[in-house]
Amino acid sequence: MTDTSKFTSLKVQDPRTKKRNAAEKRFRAYGIVAIAIGGLFLAALTFTIVKSGLPAFTQYVMKLEVTLSQEQFDDAESQLLKTAVYRDIFIDNFSEQLDANGVDVEYDAAALERLLGKVGGDIRTHYRENPDDIGQPTTFQLQLSSRVEGYFRGRVTRDTLVDSRFLEKADLDIVDVLRDAGLMTGRFNWAFLTGKDSGVDNPGGAGIGASVIGSFFMMLVVLFLSLPIGVAASIYLEEFAPKNRFTDLVEVNISNLAAVPSIVFGILGLSVFIQFMHLPQSAPLVGGLVLTLMTLPTIIISTRASLKSVPPSIRDAALGIGASKMQSVTHHVLPLAMPGILTGTIIGLAQALGETAPLLLIGMVGFVAREYPDGVASGFLDPNSAMPAQIYTWAARADVGFYEKAWGGIIVLLVFLLLMNAIAIFLRKKFERRW
Amino acid sequence: MSVLKMTASTLAIAAISATAATARENVQIAGSSTVLPYASIVAEAFGDNTDFPTPVVESGGSSAGLKRFCEGVGENTIDIANSSRPIRDSDIELCLENGVTDIIEVRIGYDGIVFASQIDGPAYTAFEPADIFNALGATVLVDGEVVANPHTQWADFNADLPADDIVAFIPGTKHGTREVFEDKVLLVGCEETGAMAAMMESGMSEDDAEDACIEVRGNGITVDIDGDYTETLARIEANPNGVGVFGLAFYENNTDSLKVATMGGVEPTTETIAAGDYPVSRPLFFFIKQAHIGVIPGVKEFAQFFIADEIAGPDGPLAQYGLVSDPELAATQATVETEETLDVN
Repeated sequence: MTDTSKFTSLKVQDPRTKKRNAAEKRFRAYGIVAIAIGGLFLAALTFTIVKSGLPAFTQYVMKLEVTLSQEQFDDAESQLLKTAVYRDIFIDNFSEQLDANGVDVEYDAAALERLLGKVGGDIRTHYRENPDDIGQPTTFQLQLSSRVEGYFRGRVTRDTLVDSRFLEKADLDIVDVLRDAGLMTGRFNWAFLTGKDSGVDNPGGAGIGASVIGSFFMMLVVLFLSLPIGVAASIYLEEFAPKNRFTDLVEVNISNLAAVPSIVFGILGLSVFIQFMHLPQSAPLVGGLVLTLMTLPTIIISTRASLKSVPPSIRDAALGIGASKMQSVTHHVLPLAMPGILTGTIIGLAQALGETAPLLLIGMVGFVAREYPDGVASGFLDPNSAMPAQIYTWAARADVGFYEKAWGGIIVLLVFLLLMNAIAIFLRKKFERRW
Repeated sequence: MSVLKMTASTLAIAAISATAATARENVQIAGSSTVLPYASIVAEAFGDNTDFPTPVVESGGSSAGLKRFCEGVGENTIDIANSSRPIRDSDIELCLENGVTDIIEVRIGYDGIVFASQIDGPAYTAFEPADIFNALGATVLVDGEVVANPHTQWADFNADLPADDIVAFIPGTKHGTREVFEDKVLLVGCEETGAMAAMMESGMSEDDAEDACIEVRGNGITVDIDGDYTETLARIEANPNGVGVFGLAFYENNTDSLKVATMGGVEPTTETIAAGDYPVSRPLFFFIKQAHIGVIPGVKEFAQFFIADEIAGPDGPLAQYGLVSDPELAATQATVETEETLDVN
């Protein structure tokens, strides 16, 4: 006998089914909410970075045509602080410039000094590199001071401006006149992408270029050390190593190493590479070695995972037709695992690219990225900084102009990270094999 | 195979060049984060104006810099240590142990330490050392008794100050600035309020009383800032009642968001500090390893450039940025010229 009251119509949901369906809907909703929250954070972050960082890519300049005589050049070169002399020559020339442009404005030399950035260095470099321009009228586009730039960007207004020796309210009247006369304009700040670090009183002259090169040389070291070492270690552990206590210990420790805070590798780098091996301080070579230590576990773990994902049937088939163990690895397993290995390596590199903490201890944070290397050896060995270290340095400086530069630096760093991740995705998609 | 070859050759090049290029060409400097801005200005100008490569300037604090300075002589040690305090006997002992016997002390100028708060915040415009001590000291004098600090608002002990909660962001103990804050503000305030005399009457020795005077309350009322002044500024911006300790140059760069308080009725400016009227200031130094002069190119030239009248003088770029120039600069120039070392024995 069956109790027919237990059976209900299939078209009507019983209470338990309703409950289950509702639970399922809620479960999905949680997921959507989680994604939405993540998306919101991402959007807020992107918005803040772009908004704060974009000013770093524009630059405001004053156009000025000057004729520098040979005597003035010789006189300037004979002084101790040559750059200041060059700047003063320009300021002295300013009234002629105004007459030529038909602009009439009251100013004094001190006000002009406040309006201009640290331009002496650029002028000196120009005349030393182009001696033919001495005696010829030459047009310069001179960087304005960070507060005047702030005025153009709306960061500084007459209301927020507190009269200080850096900028006075009356100076802004001069700025208005010169802007209307077309003598002050904005332009794309190439110097930010190609330039070097600058002193704390010269935010306008700061650029990220030199530290990009520093990062590049570090990444070369990391790539050429951690890829072969990591792949060799994983192949041995995965394909050849006997299963015993010792290899278990090695495996556990590789996982542990991956979780070690990066500053620890910095301390290790300081004591081993600099104090013991006497490698130079602040050098990208040492930075690269330290980051190699940090990246190795990541690469080994991902390489082993991709070796594991190659089906055993491939190895068996190779061995079955008489290949040696090494042939089966190098001819079959490794090529099939390559996309995974490359992806892991690039992710590891991207991680290393964004790392600051270990660089603190080996002297790459500070006023370092001042010179472009003049060759490969110099690139590895001469003092240089790295992108994240440069950003960290800028963020700590007093002038708000550097704060903008730090955000701009973050954009450049993110572009590089996105590029590397895109390459990783491309490689994975192109070479991926499914079984 | 080509990957392997490339790797091998890169490694070989790296190894060869590492041994060949150990001769360092740039001056290496480390130390005080207060001196760092000035040193970076000079380093940039030195690179722009001479044919020497730009020196590398690292931060890390006065004590850390002097420790690295005293690690020994040789290309792998720094040439110059920046410091916001004079060299101590303990530093010199470490130096002597490691063979750093000839040290040239160079005083570059003075730095003012100021108390500043949010520009739209409560009217913290005039402090006396006694006010700071009464607000921040761990034990203070109330009605003739030495008690654990009971004050929660500034107006509790001085009716002229705003009735707002006491919160102060002060430099952490690894900063040279902390020492100046303790000696020139807390200790002075302790003496002025009579708390120190009362402590000594109650049987404490002078040293113990001094230690008790410079002890701060902690507990969220005083917050140690171990980072840079930018961190202090961020904390002040988030807390309208907060009072922060800054260097004069940092304050002057951020006058749009900070207002400064007078100390003892004197407003901190380069002029009042140079004249000695503003009480909270300290000299800044760098120390040169004489053994490196003539070995590392540009060490002496950099030091001479640093303290030249055009740079460290009253109209130079350093004073422009906020350094109070040293009236006795000529004597310092002579010290560097003759390489006169400290008497370490």
